[in-house]
Amino acid sequence: MNLNTSTLTAHELIEKLDGREITLEEVLSGLRERINKIDPQVKAYVRRNEPQAAVNPAAAGPLKGIPVTVKDNICTEGLNTECCSHILEGFRPPYDATVIRKLKSAGATILGLKANMDEFAFGSSTENSYFGPTHNPWRLDCVPGGSSGGSAAAVAADEAVFALGSDTGGSIRQPAAFCGVVGMKPTYGRVSRYGLIAFASSLDQIGPITKDVEDCSLLLGVISGHDPLDSTSVDAPVPDYGKSLDRDIKGLKIAIPKEYFVEGMEAQVKEALEEAVSELKKLGATVKEISLPHTKYAVPVYYIVATAEASSNLARFDGVQYGLRIKSENLIEMYKKTRGEGFGQEAKRRVILGTFALSHGYYEAYYLNALKVRTLIKRDFDGAFKEFDCIVTPTSPSAAFKIGEKVEDPLKMYLSDIYTISANLAGIPAISVPCGFTGDNLPVGLQILARPFDEGTLLKAAFAYEQATVWHKMKPKV
Amino acid sequence: MDYQAVIGLEVHAHLKTRTKAFCGCPTEFGAPANSQVCPVCLGFPGSLPVLNKAALDFAVKVALALNCTVQEFTKLDRKNYFYPDLPKNYQISQYDLPLSRNGFLDIFTGKTRKRIGITRVHLEEDAGKLIHQESVSLVDFNRSGIPLLEIVSEPDINSPQEAYAYLTALKSILEYLEVSDCDMEKGSLRCDANISVRKAGEKTLGTKAELKNMNSFKAVRDALDYEILRQSEEVASGNAVVQETRLWDAGKQKTLPMRAKEEAKDYRYFPEPDLPPFIIRAEAIEEVRKGIPEMPREKISRFMSDFGISEYDATILTSRKEDALFAEECIKEYPEKDKKTVTNWLIGPLLSEANNRNCALPGLRITAKRLLGLISLVERQEISGLSAKTVLTEMIDSGREAGEIIKEKGLSQVSDSASLESVADEVIRENVKSVADFKQGKESALMFLVGQAMKKSRGKANPKVIQEVLKRRLADA
Repeated sequence: MNLNTSTLTAHELIEKLDGREITLEEVLSGLRERINKIDPQVKAYVRRNEPQAAVNPAAAGPLKGIPVTVKDNICTEGLNTECCSHILEGFRPPYDATVIRKLKSAGATILGLKANMDEFAFGSSTENSYFGPTHNPWRLDCVPGGSSGGSAAAVAADEAVFALGSDTGGSIRQPAAFCGVVGMKPTYGRVSRYGLIAFASSLDQIGPITKDVEDCSLLLGVISGHDPLDSTSVDAPVPDYGKSLDRDIKGLKIAIPKEYFVEGMEAQVKEALEEAVSELKKLGATVKEISLPHTKYAVPVYYIVATAEASSNLARFDGVQYGLRIKSENLIEMYKKTRGEGFGQEAKRRVILGTFALSHGYYEAYYLNALKVRTLIKRDFDGAFKEFDCIVTPTSPSAAFKIGEKVEDPLKMYLSDIYTISANLAGIPAISVPCGFTGDNLPVGLQILARPFDEGTLLKAAFAYEQATVWHKMKPKV
Repeated sequence: MDYQAVIGLEVHAHLKTRTKAFCGCPTEFGAPANSQVCPVCLGFPGSLPVLNKAALDFAVKVALALNCTVQEFTKLDRKNYFYPDLPKNYQISQYDLPLSRNGFLDIFTGKTRKRIGITRVHLEEDAGKLIHQESVSLVDFNRSGIPLLEIVSEPDINSPQEAYAYLTALKSILEYLEVSDCDMEKGSLRCDANISVRKAGEKTLGTKAELKNMNSFKAVRDALDYEILRQSEEVASGNAVVQETRLWDAGKQKTLPMRAKEEAKDYRYFPEPDLPPFIIRAEAIEEVRKGIPEMPREKISRFMSDFGISEYDATILTSRKEDALFAEECIKEYPEKDKKTVTNWLIGPLLSEANNRNCALPGLRITAKRLLGLISLVERQEISGLSAKTVLTEMIDSGREAGEIIKEKGLSQVSDSASLESVADEVIRENVKSVADFKQGKESALMFLVGQAMKKSRGKANPKVIQEVLKRRLADA
């Protein structure tokens, strides 16, 4: 049978593998061909000279050996894991992240190629990668979003069946929106962070980037659950997420925060959102406007908390044990040169910002206040979720922008995460699903947020919407 | 002018949990370099700490034994600084919400009791160990992540003797709780000191120096002695004491300033986001409290009231838990009501044998029964006290019984006056002057002659009997 397997979703592949319509070898070679053909343009993967598939000896589980694409900041035993940073050059972790272990035991093949990303997940465009930018499959001169831009672009361009990303302030959802795929940031504590090279420990979550909502539920189910190796993972039962996919959202109470419509939202994004809202209404949901009054503080609070934690998390990259070491006359010089050469511009900027925010005399004014406002932001959501089942917003105020357009203006770049950051600060789950296109044929994403550990409702709403629309079926012409 | 020293001590003690504070690696001392490590204690990217419950229990135990208030809500913080022995370049420690605060420890110097305040007891992790070689420095991370307790005293200590007593008392408590080996040589106990001096009667504190690199309690005492003198001289000659860290040089017997830091330290403490804050419930604290054994102070009081021994003796016997257990067994088994004899044996020959052999009393491998047997031989005058000490040493060395040794060495005490008469006569012949002195009424001359006779009998003569025999023969002479 000569089927183009690379366009299929994971659940379609499983069905066909179960029905013996295709073989795993066909799936793997189909993907390899697609990567070889497309990736020189998209550059979703790094280290393309490495072996492509790390064959999983236990390909017997429910995932049937289907390959999964992994972001370069998730530890894969024996495979380079460098956070797309010069400073981690050659780092091959001696262990698997918990999510990788879970995927392997569910029968997934871990793709040897790792997905491109902004260095240490610092960015919203994947331009901050040591290996160079990834291109948006919909328009190659545009960014794929970030920081999980490689994962999202690979899924969108059918160079991946499905992928793992990480989301600290929108790093799964924003690239998913920019590339026209589904991306979910689970509740903080839903998925183990063990083996995720930390950016900001209190905000980071690993999550799925997939071609449709069903794959999202599939992948989420595999990677979720309490992990004794991660003290911040929560010991709550993992529901069968497949059961949420019933298309029935009659009576679902949806809120739209008015604060999200103030400044910077592109007209076409607004239109797409409005159409999505009327679609949701058609499906039986009720939609009401609410206020999340502390929304305006989300970006500043985020950039204090995230950079403070990052400054400490990145301290270990010092040339002593692994990765890059620039030999020097003495220890201090070795530190300075290694970190000076090993970190890119944005990494340095964030480490310096975070160090400043934690410094004596500034800690109270910055970090401590940020923590307090973070609590207020969380309370906004707690209040809203007393009355509503979910909140919908655009995923990003704009569609994908041009490569190079915002690199000189970090503040403008930071604002592209304005709608996604709050979910990380509040620890709540959020999903981005495709909800239309701009006149430039660039995808737009709809973000849905829900109560902590209520990924089920997210999937339910997202699935109902997806099945009522055609956006997820659109493919870029690369 | 008199100067008063104001001293605060900061003690770090390894907790002897089976595994490290935040990972499952073993904590044994002396393993080959980097053989007890994993991604967590090596600070590998992506690894995460998980708190060892046993370390927390140990810490609570110590806090309670030091009369601290255990905080219900506590958290871990990151202390950020770069050093190659610190794999994450931050140490997981506790900052503004330590595990416990406001305790005290009573110490005794001579006969006076003094209460030293404990500011806080908190949990943290140890760093690795740097090994400097000619052209390179190597790091052994076996120690990295071993749970440490930081025990900070109030500046209530006013002399090196008090500091020594504080450390001894603290060590004793940690050993009683069986939570730490307290071996300064192995680095399982470390002590830094903050010290300043002020003119007697003054209220304001002088500028302090921080002393480091003291590898024994004696070194702490010596360093403080030196530092008090140094600072007093500075103040007396009108110079300012510089606030600095000074290292004790045991060879030179002086403190020397550590190389000046480039800048002020800023550890940028913030809550450890990888470990959620935790609540220690009152019931859990009570559970730990129940597991606390009898502490040295309680044991001392009990020894005094139950056995009628002096506070001084009781303090010596209880300073090490193992000693106390052995001593208690011996004292209890000792048949007489007055325990002075057995106590003297324990404090005298037994402890000195133990010190010589660098072990505790049970390490001498002499049972209470055998020791009491030996004491009873002396009491029944079957051997002399002097011989008994020889026998004791031999018992410890060979593990044999007293009787066997006495027989083999012919140490049975001679109390038969007839057989001692020739010894007496010989002594009288050889010490004409002393005999003359005695006859002129000098009683002390008799004691000298007894001593000579004891010597001749190689300690086997019963001193009372020989004295009687000598008196008789002198009267005859």
